[in-house]
This record gives sequence, structure tokens and C-alpha cells, in this order.
Amino acid sequence: MSIIRYEQTQGKSLGFYALIAGLGAFILAALGSVYFMEHNGHHVTGMSNRIVWGLPHVFALFLIVAASGALNIASIASVFNKKIYKPLSRLSGLVALALLAGGLMVLVLDLGRPDRLIVAMTEYNFNSIFAWNIILYNGFFVIVGVYLWMMFERRMNKYSRKVGIAAFTWRLILTTGTGSIFGFLVARQAYDAVIMAPMFVIMSFAFGLAFFVLVLMASYKWTQRPLGDAIVNRLSNLLGVFVAAVLYFVAVYHLGNLYLAENAGVESFILMDGGIYTQLFWYGQIVLGGVVPLALLYSPATKGNRSMLGLASVLIILGGIAQLYVIIIGGQAYPMELFPGKEMLEGYGGIAAYTPTLAELMLGLGGIAVALIAIAYLVKFLPFLPESLADDVADPHHKN
Amino acid sequence: MDKCQTSIQKNKNLSRRDFIKTTATTAGVATIATGITLTTYVNAAGENPVTNEKRWGMLIDTNKLTEVDIDDMVNACQEEQGWGNEAHSTGNQKAGWIKKVKVKDKATDRISNLALMCQHCDQPPCVDVCPTNASMKREDGIVLVDRHLCIGCRYCMMACPYDARSFVHEALTDQKEHMPRGKGTVEACTMCVHKVDKGEKPACVEAVDSDAVIFGDLHDPTSKINQTLKRVQSTQIRADLNLNTGVRYSGI
Repeated sequence: MSIIRYEQTQGKSLGFYALIAGLGAFILAALGSVYFMEHNGHHVTGMSNRIVWGLPHVFALFLIVAASGALNIASIASVFNKKIYKPLSRLSGLVALALLAGGLMVLVLDLGRPDRLIVAMTEYNFNSIFAWNIILYNGFFVIVGVYLWMMFERRMNKYSRKVGIAAFTWRLILTTGTGSIFGFLVARQAYDAVIMAPMFVIMSFAFGLAFFVLVLMASYKWTQRPLGDAIVNRLSNLLGVFVAAVLYFVAVYHLGNLYLAENAGVESFILMDGGIYTQLFWYGQIVLGGVVPLALLYSPATKGNRSMLGLASVLIILGGIAQLYVIIIGGQAYPMELFPGKEMLEGYGGIAAYTPTLAELMLGLGGIAVALIAIAYLVKFLPFLPESLADDVADPHHKN
Repeated sequence: MDKCQTSIQKNKNLSRRDFIKTTATTAGVATIATGITLTTYVNAAGENPVTNEKRWGMLIDTNKLTEVDIDDMVNACQEEQGWGNEAHSTGNQKAGWIKKVKVKDKATDRISNLALMCQHCDQPPCVDVCPTNASMKREDGIVLVDRHLCIGCRYCMMACPYDARSFVHEALTDQKEHMPRGKGTVEACTMCVHKVDKGEKPACVEAVDSDAVIFGDLHDPTSKINQTLKRVQSTQIRADLNLNTGVRYSGI
């Protein structure tokens, strides 16, 4: 294998500044939304005492889940010793950290009292999976930071595998924790299923890789660096496997629920008569986020086509946001079963209404913008990207 | 007049060293004395540590409870705790510490009315999930939110099986002195802890003029609630969750 040379991007072009300005505008809009929401209180949002977590949580959890998945490329290289992925490891670590930062920003700024973040950092209830998540998120920054250092510093390269294993283990625990935020909620019909934890892990594989593929292809295209088919086609195949795995977990989750009479109500709500949630589930999550990307990635007509891979990745991300919308909002909209065997006439029950506001949407998009701006700037200041990923550099044994 | 003059005379005669000595002693005594005063005050206020010898609970008999009773309970709670007049919050955004619930049996069409509030679980899911220990259970079984620790993450509201908690969606004014509420934090029925600690009953219990709602110490064999629960058949809402609620119901 030839020596990989990493180099900063120039970041002086008009395109670069246009990108930064565009992302900056989204971030400003997000901060404005936060001021609006926090100044007035959450009554200006679509959230209520029934839908306590709204659109910001959809984006925040999407980004946090994708963050741990984006680290997979580095893990495959260091933990599973696949050399072809090694040149991508630095970028993989960077995308992971950037996505997590964006997700946490949204999560924190949607708190009722974001000014009390210090309380969350100093008061821990170790029975709470949420408190564990705070520790896991902070630890992820530290471990991936150290991991990047091991990769950047030649003297430390020899430790990168060990740290890589630690980071891989940590990220599996982290996403298990994120899924368990819902899996451990015994009171709600849509949650209370331990399969949520592994399902979130596999969702992270797909969402994180889709995001990574888009960042990789865009940065090589915009900096006019060579990016060979050897790497891209492998990533494409891997992405397809992950998308299929997500569909499998979704099928098992719903089949398992359907078997239990107590969950018949919530299942028919999500799968059949839940209005927007049913549409988002079938058209958004399953068709656009699952079936179409699989067809694009594997059908002979589109296989190997970069634009189609890009389109598939965008669809996987949109499908992932739809999936989290159905899980988070749909799961809350369906009422809890307070009195099994009885019909609720007054006081509680019915499907809770939720209409997201522009402020909530802008806060969520701001999280994505923060992640992207962090990536754009850091590849300019540190050598994250190999100057070439042409086939003869990335994989000398590759045969066209 | 004479005394005053003597005092001035004395002060004039004080050396600098004496002055420093006297001042230091006075300051020291004042500091310690303040401490004593505070401690005395605390004891006088009867704030002995809450222990688990007591477990406060409530028994609601839906056969005796009329719809008017429930309205009275809700009104009494609002009056006592000062919630429900949020100006900007709409529909489900408004606070609801206690609410009137009407259910119909699917097989027999029998209708039951009841008041639903925080059930003050022995194993409260809200306390388990709260990342900052803001949700907490007192030794005597009353589940509360520490408004100074609550960061407004709303995970407790996701976890509560009784839809008992409210999030304050707007800035509030005119709050009750004993019940400070804050925008961006979560709140719920406190079982009128401020009254219970003074030996009184919760406002909703006082509002019902019959024994449809009984309040008392579940552990005390001589209490009315304990004796009634031994005699009549009662249930807990979502008993399958095994949370051992402090609020019990009979007649549903």
C-alpha cells in the first residue's frame, strides 16, 4: 500500500465562503429561534404537555445517532483491520464529533432551562439512562479526540488500534443508551421494547454512513481531489447492507408489537390510520428511506453511479428523520393506556395534536449547520483528508 | 443624661487595643448567636426530618365521588397552588395538576368519574429517569420536583404513566408564596406538602364534604385510610406496572 499523504483543504475559494455564509445564516436563524423560544417560553412552539418532545428532539436524536455511526469507518479500519478504510479514519472521527456537537446543541437549547446546563453536568442520578447518556456523550468527545490524536501524531500511531477499539466499544454503548431512552419507557405503548437499543445502533450505522458518504464526495469534488471507485463502491455496498438491516429491525419491532394485544392500538395507529404518522412511516421511512435507496444502490442501472449514491444517501437521511419523527412524535401522540378495558371519555386520551413551528425547524436545521460548518473549517486547518483517494493510492490491488 | 455622659467618658478612655478586643468579641458573639437563633427557629418551626415511618396516601371512592366533588377538588387545587391561569398557553400546554377523568367500561358501558393527579408512587418512574435528581421522593412517599435542579428536559413527563406532570410553557406572575413555579420547569401535584407538614390535609381532600376522599398515613393501623383499605376492595391505576402508588381508588 502506498503512503497516504494528508493535506488541509485550501478553503479560499468563493465556493468555500459561500458555503460558510450559507451555513452561518442557518446558525443565526437557529440562535434567533432559541432566543424566541426561551424568551417567551415553550408556548410559542407546537409542543405541549402531551407532546413534550417535538421537532428539535427529532433532529437532535438523528444527529446524535448519526454521530456514533459516522465513526464506523474508522472502526472498520482499526478494529477490523480493513486497510482500505484507513485513509478515511481521520475524516470519520471528525464527522462523528461534528454531528454529536450539532445534536447536543439542539438538545441543550431546547431544554426548559438551558442556562442550567451546569446542573446537568454536576448533578447525576445514576438510575437515569439520560444521566448516563450525558456521561457517554462527554466521554465520546474525549475518546474520539484522543483517537484522532493517535492517528495524527506519528509517534502515537501504534496506539491507534487500541484506542480505536475503546472508541468502538464506547460508541456501541452510547447508541445502546440513546435507544434505551425510549426502550426503558415502560408507560408508553410505542416504546417499552428493548429492541429499541439495537435498532438505534443499526440506525446509526446507516444514517452515519449516509452522512459520511455525502461529506466525502462533496469535499473531494469541491477540492478537485481524486476519489476512486474502489473506495466509493465499497462504501456504497456497505450502506446498502446497513439500510437493509434497519428495515429488518423495523419489521421485527412491529411484528413483535403486533403479536401482543395490548399494542394493537398503537400499531394500527402507526401502520394504518395515524394520518401524518402513517404516511411518514410508509412513504418517508420505508419507501423513500429504505426501498428506493436499496434499489439505487443495487440495481444494475444505477449501481456505481455517484449521483445515484448521493441521492440514496440524501434519501436515507430524510428517511431517518422521518423514522425518528414517527418514533418520537408518533409515539407520544398515541395516548397511554391508563385504564385497560375502558374507554376514555373525558380528561385524557385521544390523539395529541402537534404542529411544529418554524422556530423548532430552524433550531433543528441549525444543528446540522453547526456540524457541517465544523467539518468545513476543521478540514481547512488540519490535514484530515488524503490528497488523493484514487484507486492506485487507496487500493493498489484494485482491478477495474 | 448622666448615664449617657458616663458612657461617652468611658469610650474616650478606651485604648485602641481595648477597642479592637471589644469589637472582635462582639462580632464573635453576634455570629454565634445568629447561628443559635437560626437553629432555634428551625426547631420551633417543627421541621423535624421526614422519615419513612409514615407514608402519606389517598383513597378515592368513585362510587361516592360526584362530578361536582371532582370539580371542587380541581378548583381547590388551583386556588391553593395558583395554577391554571396561564395566559398564553393553549389546550394541552396549560398546567393540569389534577384533572377530572371519565371512563366507560367497554363491556358494560358503566361510567366512572375520578380525579387523576400524581399517584405518588413508591417506585416513581419520573424519579428513576430524572438526570439531575430534581424529581425526588420524600421519605414519607410524597413525590416532588426540586425547581432549582430541574433543567426542563421533560424526560419525567415521558416516563410518567399517569400524564400527571405539566411543563410551565410561559413566564408566570402572582405566584403563591408557598408554591414558587418557574417557566421552563416541570411541576405536578405536591400532595399539598406545605399543608401536610403543618398537620393539615391537602386542599382537594378538604374540598370534598364526604368520605369519598380519605387522606392519611397508609402505614398507621389506626388511621382511617389504613382501616378502610383493609376493609374495601381497592385498586391502583396501572397496577400492572407494580409502582405501589400512594393514591388508591375503589369502585373502578
